[in-house]
Amino acid sequence: MQGLYAVFKKELQDHLSSYRFVILFALIAMVSFITSYMAAVHMRGNLEGLASTKFPFLMLFSTPGAMFSMVQFVAFFGPLIGLILGFDAINRERTQGTLIKVLSQPIYRDAVINGKFLAGVMTIAVMLVAIVLVISGFGLAFVGVVPGIEEMWRLFIFLIISIFYISFWLGLSILFSILFKSIATSSLASVALWIFLSFFISLGAEVVANTVAPIDRKNEVQPEVVLENARIKEMVSLSSPMVLYSDATATIIDPMRKTTRSIILVGPMEELLSARFQNPLSLGQSIVIVFPHIIALIAITLICFAISYLVFMLQEIRT
Amino acid sequence: METETIIETTDLTKRYGRQTAVNGLTLKVKEGEIFGFLGPNGAGKTTTLLMLLGLSRPSKGAATVCGLDPLRMSKEVKRHVGYLPENVGFYGDMDAVQSLEYVADLNGFKKGEAREKIDDLLDLVGLKEEARKKTAAFSRGMKQRLGVAEVLIKDPKVLFLDEPTLGLDPEGAIQIIDLIQSLNKEKNITVLLSSHNLHQVQKMSHRVGIMIGGNLIAEGSIDSLAEEKFGVGEKEYSLEEIYMKYFQEV
Repeated sequence: MQGLYAVFKKELQDHLSSYRFVILFALIAMVSFITSYMAAVHMRGNLEGLASTKFPFLMLFSTPGAMFSMVQFVAFFGPLIGLILGFDAINRERTQGTLIKVLSQPIYRDAVINGKFLAGVMTIAVMLVAIVLVISGFGLAFVGVVPGIEEMWRLFIFLIISIFYISFWLGLSILFSILFKSIATSSLASVALWIFLSFFISLGAEVVANTVAPIDRKNEVQPEVVLENARIKEMVSLSSPMVLYSDATATIIDPMRKTTRSIILVGPMEELLSARFQNPLSLGQSIVIVFPHIIALIAITLICFAISYLVFMLQEIRT
Repeated sequence: METETIIETTDLTKRYGRQTAVNGLTLKVKEGEIFGFLGPNGAGKTTTLLMLLGLSRPSKGAATVCGLDPLRMSKEVKRHVGYLPENVGFYGDMDAVQSLEYVADLNGFKKGEAREKIDDLLDLVGLKEEARKKTAAFSRGMKQRLGVAEVLIKDPKVLFLDEPTLGLDPEGAIQIIDLIQSLNKEKNITVLLSSHNLHQVQKMSHRVGIMIGGNLIAEGSIDSLAEEKFGVGEKEYSLEEIYMKYFQEV
């Protein structure tokens, strides 16, 4: 444990005092400020005259003001935090010649990788908690909304999911820094994978869906085909951590959302029924809806780290 | 001098694919000895040292260091063995003291103990003046001396030094050599040294081993090696002559 703690402490110090952390933090804090400010302005306009709204506090995070909401922002650019914190974790030490020196001290080999990963997770957690607190304070002051206990729980779960989501990208970039000896290669590889999984997967999903279940626009559109098409599209795009994360957090942060699906087929009577019961879901029910998403997100994070761990433990280290 | 064996290898072999880096190395090093490992680049010297530390897994054979198996008890072996790699690296944004503190941390020192020890060591290696200078600004000689200080933090019984004088100016090299010799005499630290510099090895080592292409060709005191190759005679042979003779025969 002594080795793990020493590595953890040193890495955390490095992270918190590095320029890249400061720049990243400044950037993210600024953008979240702006998005929540926009959301607040938007809300103030919309809420005027309403007697009581449900969960106004959470709207600070989920309302897209000018461009995107805070939640969407984390989904898009959160991975960048993970990647930047981890892309040179191991191979920089290798090129510096410090890895072999650290490993020849009386520590277990896994202390190095565990310490680095935990320090990264800690940094991510500090960053996210700080931002959420700042936005909350901002909301209190600017809009005058006070969070209820359920809203706080929802925010807390949102934070946990976000930490896992960004940690997935941290784990991935650490894996690349173990696999690739050159820092340039590992950083490019992780950014490439991020761009592919986050931005191009939806294109791919469309192609796959239209190939498997093409919607014939000339003839009468059959609802079964449309549904099948949507289902395939969803399935493929769920292989993107970003989609997993957005679906999960959107439902957690917005109690009015009752499904992650984009197309729902309802009969006229059903519609009438659901229109009459426009009540928000309880927290438990929201969690149940996105439970698979949350579990999958945690699983890919752990699997990604486990692979890095194994590769690192079995690798021949000479420098 | 004690005569207990502190490092022992039997048939130690390391293969990378088809290539054999170390081939059936059988060697004994006694406590308090300075053992010089000679051989051209890629002869398997570093690989041997890594196997003795438990950082590399032997394909065949076994080793004991301080009575421990480095493969199973790597952490305990590393508690007693200080390893100074060739081209030792440092974190550029740390100064000498911080660098030593980190190594002390990794060795599980408490804050207070480490402080005192670090001061002593900086004194010993002559870096007192540069204690607060960033290691990125260190010259090669200073880095090497800081490297020695780092391996001495844990009070090692055995030192593995991989090319400790490579790339140093003559004065720097002599300082390092003197330091190694005095550590060996005063603290009875066993030293396993690999080097290309035959003069320096001759000056320091009690015994040498010549390794070529993964095989240990010869092993013994310099006198006994000379005797083996040139017969008993009046003439004193330098290690260089002996080495070249062995080298030509392979």
